[in-house]
Amino acid sequence: MPTTRRRFLSLAGGVTAAGTIPIVMLRPLNATPTMLNAAIRNVVGEAPIRTGKIKLDIPPLVENGNTVPMTVSVASPMTADDYVRSIHVLNEKNPQPNIGNFYLGPSSGRAQISTRIRLADSQKVVAIARLSDDTFWQIAAEIVVTLAACTEEVN
Amino acid sequence: MAALINVPTKAKRGEIIEIRTLTSHIMETGFRHAAAGDLVPRDIITSFTCRYNGSEVFRADLFPAIAANPYLSFFTVAKESGKFEFEWIGDNGYASTASASITVE
Amino acid sequence: MKFWRAIAVAALIAAAPVVLAGEIPPEMRRSGYSFMGPETRAMQDDDASNPGMLFVLDGQALWTKKSGSADKACVDCHGDARSSMKGVAVRYPAFDKTQGRPVTLDQRINLCRADHQQAKPLAYESRDLLALSAFVAHQSRGVPIAAGDDPQLRPFVELGRDLFNQREGQLNLACTNCHDDNFDRRLAGAPVTQGQPTGYPLYRLEWQTLGSLERRLRSCMTGVRAQAYDYGAPELVALELYLMSRARGLPIETPAVRP
Repeated sequence: MPTTRRRFLSLAGGVTAAGTIPIVMLRPLNATPTMLNAAIRNVVGEAPIRTGKIKLDIPPLVENGNTVPMTVSVASPMTADDYVRSIHVLNEKNPQPNIGNFYLGPSSGRAQISTRIRLADSQKVVAIARLSDDTFWQIAAEIVVTLAACTEEVN
Repeated sequence: MAALINVPTKAKRGEIIEIRTLTSHIMETGFRHAAAGDLVPRDIITSFTCRYNGSEVFRADLFPAIAANPYLSFFTVAKESGKFEFEWIGDNGYASTASASITVE
Repeated sequence: MKFWRAIAVAALIAAAPVVLAGEIPPEMRRSGYSFMGPETRAMQDDDASNPGMLFVLDGQALWTKKSGSADKACVDCHGDARSSMKGVAVRYPAFDKTQGRPVTLDQRINLCRADHQQAKPLAYESRDLLALSAFVAHQSRGVPIAAGDDPQLRPFVELGRDLFNQREGQLNLACTNCHDDNFDRRLAGAPVTQGQPTGYPLYRLEWQTLGSLERRLRSCMTGVRAQAYDYGAPELVALELYLMSRARGLPIETPAVRP
C-alpha cells in the first residue's frame, strides 16, 4: 500500500499521541526494558524477587511528567531485627533507569518515603525494597503521562 | 537559596515523626539541548543525608529523574531532644545544609 | 425576534452591567486550581510542599536586603510586608501617574528600585524579580482580585480586551476561543481553563520553576504560532490588566502551582 500524504499524517498523529516512538528513535540512549532489567539486577544481584509487602502510590494519569508525586511504603515492623534497609525506584523509558535509592533503618520507625520524579513518557515505574534479611520485594505500576498541549522553547 | 524544612518542634518520646524537605535546585538532567543544539551539562543533587544528633537516620542517592527543587519526605523515631541536620551534595561542588531543632518529652 | 433580543439585552444589563456578551459571568469564574488533579492541588495547598514557597522565602530575604547606591531595602520604606503589602497585588497592573500608563507589579518593583534605591532594574523572569513579586503577591493570598477599577485604566483595559478577542498566529486563534468558549474541554490531554490569573507568579510543573503571567501569555502566543510580544510590551501589560479585571473577585493564590 503506497504511503499517501494523508496516511503519513495519520501515522505521525498516532505516534505523537502515543508519544513513544519518536523519542526512542531520536535518543537511542533511552532506558529500555533491557536496561531496566539490568538496573534491577544491579540492586538485587542473583536474589529472587518477590511480590507483596511493598506499595507504590503514584497517580496512574499524571498532568505533567516533569513533577510526579510518588510514595513508596513497605509493610515492616521496623524493629532492630526486622526492618527495611533500602528502597530503590526505577523506570523503564527515561534516558536512565535509576530514579532514586533511599536508605532506612530501624530508627526510621516507618518504612515510607515520598518524592517527586520525572517521567519522560508513559511507562512502567518499579519499586524494590531490600529487607534486613536480604530479601527483595518488588512492585510495578504503569503510568500514563499527559503531554502538554503547548510547550515553549527553552529560553 | 532557600530550603523548606518541616520537622515537628515537639514530639513524645518514641513517636514516629515525618520529616519533609524541599530545596531549591534546577536538577538539570544532562539530557537536554539548548536552542543552539548544545547539550546542557548535568547539574543535579546526587546525595541527601539527614542526621539526628550526629547519627545518620536517612540517606538518598538522587538521579536526574528526580524533579527540580527536590522534595523528600521520610520518617524517624523521636528519641531525644536535639538537632536534625540536613545535607545536600551535588555536581560542580554543590553543597548546602540546613538544620531544625526538636524537643522530645 | 427583535422582542427577544431586547429581553436578552435587558436581562444582561440587569444581571451584570459590566459583563459583555461572550464573557464569563462572575458567578461562573473559576480559578485554574479547579481544573487540576488532586495531586497538583495537594502540592499547592501545603506550604511545606509547595515549591513556589522557596521563591517566597527568597523574596522575604530580598525584602530586607539593602540594594543600590541609596543603600536602602524595601523594608526601610514599606516596613513589615505582612501589613503594608496586603491587598497590593490584587490591584495590579495599576495606573502610574508619572508613566501615564499601567505598570505591572514587576515593573513597580523596578520603578521602586530606580526611584528610591538607585538600583539597577532586575531582568524580567530573573530569580530575584520573581522572588520579590511572589513575596509581595503572597501577602495578598486570599484577597479578592480588584484590578482595573481606576477610571484612568479604562482605555488600557479596552485594549487588553480587544487583544484577548483578536485572532492571531498561524492557528488563527484568539484567547477568547479557548478560554471563554471552550473551558472545561480538553486540548490534547490537558484541560482548557478560563485563563484566570489568580496565582502569579506561579510554579508551573511544565517550567519546573516559578514564572510570571507574561511568560505564560508568551507561551500561549507561541502555542498558537504567533509572534509573542516582548516582556513589558504595552500590549502584554494591557492583556495582563484585562485578565486581572476579568478575574475580579477571585482570591489571590500566589504562589499557585499549575501543571
